[in-house]
Amino acid sequence: MGKVIYLDNAATTQVYPEVVEAMTPFFTEYYGNPSAIYSFAGEANKAVTQAREKLASVIHAKPEEIYFTGGGSESDNWALKATVEAYANKGKHIITTAIEHHAILHTAEYLEKNGCDVTYVGVDENGVVKLDELKAAIRPDTILISVMTANNEIGTIQPIEEIGKIAKENKILFHTDAVQAFGHIPIDVDKMNIDMLSASGHKINGPKGIGIMYIRKGVKIRSFVHGGAQERQRRAGTHNVPGIVGFGKAIELAADNMEERIKYETELRDYLIERVLSEIPYTRLNGHKTDRLPNNASFCFRFIEGESMLILLDQQGICGSSGSACTSGSLDPSHVLLAIGLPHEIAHGSLRLTLSEKTTKEEIDFTVDELKKIIERLRSMSPLYEDFVKKQGK
Amino acid sequence: MYSEKVMDHFSNPRNVGEMENPSGVGTVGNAKCGDIMRMYLDIDENGVIQEAKFKTFGCGAAVATSSMATELVKGKTVQEALEVTNKAVMEALDGLPPVKVHCSLLAEEAIHAALWDYAEKNNIKIEGLQKPVNDIAEKEEDVSETY
Repeated sequence: MGKVIYLDNAATTQVYPEVVEAMTPFFTEYYGNPSAIYSFAGEANKAVTQAREKLASVIHAKPEEIYFTGGGSESDNWALKATVEAYANKGKHIITTAIEHHAILHTAEYLEKNGCDVTYVGVDENGVVKLDELKAAIRPDTILISVMTANNEIGTIQPIEEIGKIAKENKILFHTDAVQAFGHIPIDVDKMNIDMLSASGHKINGPKGIGIMYIRKGVKIRSFVHGGAQERQRRAGTHNVPGIVGFGKAIELAADNMEERIKYETELRDYLIERVLSEIPYTRLNGHKTDRLPNNASFCFRFIEGESMLILLDQQGICGSSGSACTSGSLDPSHVLLAIGLPHEIAHGSLRLTLSEKTTKEEIDFTVDELKKIIERLRSMSPLYEDFVKKQGK
Repeated sequence: MYSEKVMDHFSNPRNVGEMENPSGVGTVGNAKCGDIMRMYLDIDENGVIQEAKFKTFGCGAAVATSSMATELVKGKTVQEALEVTNKAVMEALDGLPPVKVHCSLLAEEAIHAALWDYAEKNNIKIEGLQKPVNDIAEKEEDVSETY
């Protein structure tokens, strides 16, 4: 395989060598079960504790409020299903948004089938949750508001602090799916009144298959995975010690240079956006121009379809993603792009490029140069473009 | 996920383009589902397809099936072209992933739509050809003001 330009860091990230290095001894040397009593397991136990402390401190939580899970999807499932179970006496109404990740949306749909009421609050054209709509959706039997910290497709960062305030004022639990935001932008569970938060290791240069759920002390939700007494009896299963250690190391690295990374990625992102918008006609940026994840650039190119674009980019070694129907396995394009008001035919032509702190300006330049050729080529064979040009010529 | 033939026809599509004064032209699919195919046919006085051109908005499979469909109908009579079914297109491409089978159906429809147009223009009836249903004309939305 030739040189790869990896611009799909929202999908997953490289596990940093330092992370692998930190994990390795917990496969081969300190493989003891941290729940065991003998001192050989002590190293593993200590490492889990340290990772928990690091992860907690980044979001200003207490270590005992961090629960290790199998990943972001499990955390999201847990937050919704267990809240519905634990607070059934209070009500059965949940408020979430139209642009959540499927781990939330499909869980919400599952709960609807089982007797819950769910309100899906809309977003504006930038993908920002409509707060007036959210407030209006609150009912006496509302038990949970779940809004993602930042959107995975279009990168828009939500007004989490304001939503947390609304939830608190109305005595409703507030969960946020922070899978895309955790370790990338500052989060403070106290300042933002977050009661539950989902995060994942592999989005921040940690390993796959490890996640956390932050559960504020006092929130009554119970176990979702039943079995042993791990995680204060709230999440059974032998600790994934190497995964936990890797996640801890990854967040340590991410937290240490968060400020510089945000600055670097934001500059490079804006350079990419500026070049694409100014050099490729009939193109739009999806998501908020400034309140967006530092590494996310999402576009729609009119008259073309996303999958074709991805294949041609791949032929140049460039990895991107698209919310087109063809990449989702259904006939509908991304629910997020439709929720921000784009017509189907435009949503089909979407491209998401997500950078990392290792992405270079040269890589971005090469990508934009290739992208220009690809878009031009696909447009030259598009009947939509043909019609458009003829119409313009009239 | 795609066969080598599909990738070849996607990367080097045959017969891309428009045609002035085609004998028949048909457009099928709709932008909502993400696939639109337009096929142009040049048919001589003996009813033989001399040339075929296409333009497609869609995924890799949509482009490849359009390309293969134009290749398959070239040189055939109108009657023979009706036998270029979605299955024939798919087989010629060494298969398609299950979720992409609809692309080959669209290619078959595009051939039919172009032949229907040819029949209408010449006031003839092509045995076995039904009026294609998958037309986009009524679904066309004007989005040129979006930007």
